[in-house]
Amino acid sequence: MTLALVLEQVLNGLQFGLMLFLMSAGLTLVFGVMGLINLAHGSLYMIGAFCCAAIAGVTGNFWLGLMAGIAAAAAAGALIEVLVIRRLYARDHLDQVLATFALILILSEGVRMIFGPRPLYLNVPDMLRGTVNLGIVDYSLYRLALIGFGLAVALGLWALITRTRLGIQIRAGESDREMIAALGVNIRWLYTVVFALGAALAGLAGALVGAIQSVQVGMGEPVLILAFVVIVIGGIGSIKGAMVGALLVGVIDTMGRFLLPRFFATFLDTSQAMGVGAALASMLIYLLMALVLIFRPKGLFPAHG
Amino acid sequence: MTPFRTAALAAMALGAASLAKADEITVGMITTLSGGGAGLGVDARDGFQLALDTAGEHNIRLVVEDDAQRPELAVQIAERMIQSERADILTGIIWSNLAMAVVPSTVAQDIFYLSLNAGPSALAGANCHPNYFNVAWQNDMLHEGAGAYANELGYENTFIMAPNYPAGTDALAGFKRYFEGELAGELFTQVGQTDYAAEIAEIRASGADSIFIFLPGGMGISFMRQYEQSGLDLPIVSAAFTFSQDILPAVGAAALGVFNASQWSPDLDNAANQEFVAAFREAFGRTPSLYASQGFDTAKLILSAAAKADVSDRDAFREALRAADFTSVRGDFAWAPNQHPIQRVYIREVVEVDGEFTNRIVGTAFDEHRDVHGENCPM
Amino acid sequence: MDRLRTEWLLNAVLAGALFAVPLWALMAGEPFIITLATRIAILAIAAVGLNIALGLGGMVSFGHALYFGLGGYVAGIAAHHAFHGTPVLGLPGTNQMLPIWAIAMVLSGALAGIVGALSLRTSGIFFIMITLAFAQMGFFFPLSWPAYGGEDGLPIFMRNQFPGLNTARPWDMFLIAYGVLLLTLGLFAMLRAARFGAALMAIRQNPDRAAAIGISPFGIKLVAFILSGMITGLAGAMMADLTRFVSPAMMAWTMSGELIVIIILGGVGRMFGPVAGAAILVGFEVFFGGLTEHWQFWLGLVLLAVVLFARGGLVGLIAGRARNV
Repeated sequence: MTLALVLEQVLNGLQFGLMLFLMSAGLTLVFGVMGLINLAHGSLYMIGAFCCAAIAGVTGNFWLGLMAGIAAAAAAGALIEVLVIRRLYARDHLDQVLATFALILILSEGVRMIFGPRPLYLNVPDMLRGTVNLGIVDYSLYRLALIGFGLAVALGLWALITRTRLGIQIRAGESDREMIAALGVNIRWLYTVVFALGAALAGLAGALVGAIQSVQVGMGEPVLILAFVVIVIGGIGSIKGAMVGALLVGVIDTMGRFLLPRFFATFLDTSQAMGVGAALASMLIYLLMALVLIFRPKGLFPAHG
Repeated sequence: MTPFRTAALAAMALGAASLAKADEITVGMITTLSGGGAGLGVDARDGFQLALDTAGEHNIRLVVEDDAQRPELAVQIAERMIQSERADILTGIIWSNLAMAVVPSTVAQDIFYLSLNAGPSALAGANCHPNYFNVAWQNDMLHEGAGAYANELGYENTFIMAPNYPAGTDALAGFKRYFEGELAGELFTQVGQTDYAAEIAEIRASGADSIFIFLPGGMGISFMRQYEQSGLDLPIVSAAFTFSQDILPAVGAAALGVFNASQWSPDLDNAANQEFVAAFREAFGRTPSLYASQGFDTAKLILSAAAKADVSDRDAFREALRAADFTSVRGDFAWAPNQHPIQRVYIREVVEVDGEFTNRIVGTAFDEHRDVHGENCPM
Repeated sequence: MDRLRTEWLLNAVLAGALFAVPLWALMAGEPFIITLATRIAILAIAAVGLNIALGLGGMVSFGHALYFGLGGYVAGIAAHHAFHGTPVLGLPGTNQMLPIWAIAMVLSGALAGIVGALSLRTSGIFFIMITLAFAQMGFFFPLSWPAYGGEDGLPIFMRNQFPGLNTARPWDMFLIAYGVLLLTLGLFAMLRAARFGAALMAIRQNPDRAAAIGISPFGIKLVAFILSGMITGLAGAMMADLTRFVSPAMMAWTMSGELIVIIILGGVGRMFGPVAGAAILVGFEVFFGGLTEHWQFWLGLVLLAVVLFARGGLVGLIAGRARNV
């Protein structure tokens, strides 16, 4: 095990974590402001990836595709909010879980009807092809760019929330829903905007990840489950918590898969060690989540004090 | 048994007999038509259908259903095909883990299973069955060819990798059976995995001089696209699955020059194959993959048996299948006693012809190859 | 009074139909329909289990697939060892359903006890999420444990046996499932009518007042959660025998979602809600699945409509709103 390998795996973990952050940020915002649990967030990730792949395929330009992916996810988010989600704010969590579970079925099959059952493939843009030398290791330029993208969006989101009028309204909404209505803020409009913003972030993540993986129906659900783990660890409703949780989950998951089999190999035979190591590595983040919930039931950074 | 139950069972038997037309053969095809593995199932189905469409008059009724690459779904579909459609023959399964879930109980119910792709070692050896025929290969076969060819290429320190399911373990076992060099590393990945960053890091750190992979369908596409971006440039040797016609358009130039072992290739020079490739291109507007060729051969085999025997007479039909009286697009075809093929294994290279990425035969790994597991088969 | 009578009438119709349709199929020689009815009955048993936690206790468990899958693996592993004649943990395998059910229920109950004791410290959205997290942990365990098939699942070559019946026959298998379904429905009705059920519902409606009159919310809820897990585990063992196959997919989060969907489609907290819900779900899959491969799209629309506009589910739609649910 060399330093170069460890560095490469840490970078892989960071890249994974930051893409998880893009997913989790929208999820946690929607819960923080509207008190809504949205299982269909993974479908918005999928919509972003599909629209990006379709437009990039037609125009041959990845960046146009990316814009289209973000726009499509935001538009789908706004539409869903107006048609369905709006009716769920006053309902209990059971109804929210079910209605958004129904949305997953509808959106997944809808995308399958439009794009067909076979995966689409999206090419990495030419300017981000190849590798970059980081001293001891050559690392994929595109994956490095994903890390940059993730950090930039996190910074932008932080600026949006702390520096803009919309941000003030969002924070007010998180702490006291009645108050912002009294302040003359159009709540319906605010809710639609927040939901669309979260959807756009999910769409962005889907499009970015789609370029190195495959774009297929069902791609959003595994990421969705991980995003839930992230926001529960971080504290539901907290953007800072989502960032910390995402990086924790990304790095722990990657390093667990990398290190645990090696650890078990010191006292078990190789194939057994691979099996046990892989089993434990997949459970690691859920174990972390359970521990956090047992010792800090509201997560690491509780949103409401 | 009460008189009532006896009557009911008698009614059941009568109903079954009156439903199916006397000489009609119902073939239930369970295959993967959605998700990352869809390309394989679609090609296998289209190849099968092409054989029926070009056969002229026949008595075969084909029922196709998508298993979404999920074993539990395949089990349910098989049950429905047998109980509700009253299928005489099942076929179509692409993935060995699905085959392991479906085949044993199917053949035990006196239904034929003709495998057009999956050939897990467990079904070739001690658990072989008179009702189970594999028209494609036993899983190890093509990987054994890749292992033998890796020696010829002079690879000495190879990193080997496959998904963690029966065909994956068979693949690595098959490669190692013939490969004489050292292993730089050995990894099992998850079935359906889409991100290979961690594996690529391991390969980079291993100091390997070459790579052997078995990653069929969407897994191969994802890996090759990420491998291309990783800056690693080690030569790859493989079996046909990771570099078949369903994968090449999405992988593109990154696959050029890769050697892969196969029992079939679109440029294989025999009349039946040239006719098949032309007809497939004409019907579907694309070049067939080996899965299409296997689907085509399976249908041809069924048609040949149907011409000789009535499927309701299972023993006669089995003999007709054993005769293998059809012209395979791969050339010579014969059964080993465990009802798996004895066949030539070619080495192909990925090339670009007229703007299309495809395979071309460059050599032969084995002339009359049969699988090692057959020794344990009591048949 | 009328509504109560309508609900009992509806219950009787559902119970009768679930028996009459496969009986007709038996005479008409349509074994697949008998298998479908058996599937409905077993899914309904699993949902009756969840209904104790969710319907009576208001605990939205998004992880009941864990017990369903555990029960399935008990049946699969026992049959596997019985088939190969090898011991498991020093004990011989068995191919008898009754001891398998007992083991499945004990283990599911124990697991539900652990999960419940930890999860019930939270509530609301956190309870949903932590039950999901535990189920996901469980899901990855068989997935990456090669001894029992890992991702490939574990086939059961011969169905386990039940005294006096031939489980290989669809009709016999149906009778077993139907009998167990009636027993669990009876248990559910007894629980609801007993002081235990009253206490559970009191806690759900107003935990503070319940505590004030001396009811310990934690203990009662935990017992309900354990019972709930046991019944769902039993259903899992039966499902494994019906499909002759166990795979990690039985523990997938979508399975947890499906169990909730069954309850909602039928009617939360209603005795026959799970039966109606399971019949709707399986019927939908078979009927619309035959018409269009995109049947899940339409299922999603129906489910959405039920959640938004018909919150009582099918039983609620016909028999009106329940008195206290």
